[in-house]
Amino acid sequence: MQALYAQLLVGLINGSFYALLSLGLAVIFGMLNIINFAHGALYMMGAFVAYFLLNLGGINYWWALLIAPVIVGIFGMILERTMLQWLAGLDHLYGLLLTFGIALIVQGVFQNYFGSSGLPYSIPDQLKGGVNLGFMFLPIYRGWVVIFSLVVCLATWFLIEKTQLGAYLRAATENPTLVRAFGINVPRMITLTYGLGVGLAALAGVLSAPINQVRPLMGADLIIVVFAVVVIGGMGSIMGSIITGFALGVIEGLTKYFYPEASNTVVFVLMVVVLLVKPTGLTGRAA
Amino acid sequence: MAEAKLAERPVAAAGAEVLTVNDLQAWYGESHILHGINFNVKAGEVVTLLGRNGAGKTTTLKSIMGVINKRSGSIRFDNKEIIRATSDRIARLGIAFCPEERGIFSSLDVRENLMLPPVVRPGGLPLDQIFTLFPNLKERLTSQGTKLSGGEQQMLAIARILRTGARFLMLDEPTEGLAPVIIQQIGHTIARLKSQGFTILLVEQNFRFASTVADRYYIVEHGKVIDGFANSELSANMDKLHTYLGV
Repeated sequence: MQALYAQLLVGLINGSFYALLSLGLAVIFGMLNIINFAHGALYMMGAFVAYFLLNLGGINYWWALLIAPVIVGIFGMILERTMLQWLAGLDHLYGLLLTFGIALIVQGVFQNYFGSSGLPYSIPDQLKGGVNLGFMFLPIYRGWVVIFSLVVCLATWFLIEKTQLGAYLRAATENPTLVRAFGINVPRMITLTYGLGVGLAALAGVLSAPINQVRPLMGADLIIVVFAVVVIGGMGSIMGSIITGFALGVIEGLTKYFYPEASNTVVFVLMVVVLLVKPTGLTGRAA
Repeated sequence: MAEAKLAERPVAAAGAEVLTVNDLQAWYGESHILHGINFNVKAGEVVTLLGRNGAGKTTTLKSIMGVINKRSGSIRFDNKEIIRATSDRIARLGIAFCPEERGIFSSLDVRENLMLPPVVRPGGLPLDQIFTLFPNLKERLTSQGTKLSGGEQQMLAIARILRTGARFLMLDEPTEGLAPVIIQQIGHTIARLKSQGFTILLVEQNFRFASTVADRYYIVEHGKVIDGFANSELSANMDKLHTYLGV
């Protein structure tokens, strides 16, 4: 039983990263109509920024949670202003290829300087140790990652679905021309939206640094699964991408317990099934 | 109270030109749609653009709003040249647009649709006045925007731009496809807005409706304004009008 709970926890943690990343992808896709293949590289950059902050600037984890998403978000906004914005109105394929190229370049640069092995990032003192829940031992840091990710996901959902800013965003996703004709600077909003999506990826990167170490290819490994998650959940929906993210993490964890051989493929099998049965994804709207 | 507030607003002196369009040309991609549109609108007027389908009336409104990128000539609004301005900036100068397709957002409920356009200057209609004009909307605030009937969507599309404080409204075929009783309600609304000092540029196919609200008419044909007259000259121009519109 202990092993089952342990796998469930691992599943929830992976689910947290899936949710944060697929949420950002959904937000970006909605507004920019771009399938952001650079997402994994930006996630990795988040972890590296946290690493640099700590080792070069002596700035701790808590500040990194705030600063890294901002720095990487600004980097993303520069990408959007200088490159992605010119792809507006073109086929998805162009955005996908461009962001894929950006991902390769960014990962290549980091690999060049840091190799492929992991750099250590230690758990902050306040979150070290664990608690015995009776049925299992819970490392505090892992519990923190799950809860914090959930809070961030729900806050993002609230921002988009329940606030005036979110109403601008949803309206601009539907009809950017008209929203702009109401007096809203839509191009600036698109840039900020990309920054938000990228910031979420960087935040996930910081959260993962103490668990998975900091590696140039950490994002490349993860992003493939995340895209499968996005396909399963459907691109258009915010809540859908959050729920699917966590749910698939748990399903993966359960598979590791009951049938470990399939744990790496279960998400992709589900993806194939969903594509065959409901190509727009479980919660997706028809494009 | 709200009406008093509106009266205090610094509006251009009655009769002054608020919008002057000179040799406006516009293109959709490669196709040249407007070939030199000339007309003007004075403060407090209701001016109607008439013309057959495809004559360029909607394109004229969209060019003024800055929605059509490729345009040349001169559009002066409140003594500012806006031919090169982006549409968000034009909106902030006080021009509000109600598009032909109404543009109600399906991912927003009625309240969100109503509150969507930002206030560009003080003096917009307060919500209680908007609900007096359009009582139906008040009861449907939590419905999805596109679940409203066609008439209600049109009211919502007009209502939301009244909040913004813009005093120059462009309405593109507000009566299209609506039942007579709703057309009548929209007619009353336009008359009421005019009495409150709004300036309105209307595009209409429904000439009978236009004649109940308009001060002046311009006839658009093949991307040009080919004629114009005041409502008082309407009966004298009836024959010409039938020829122009082919009705």
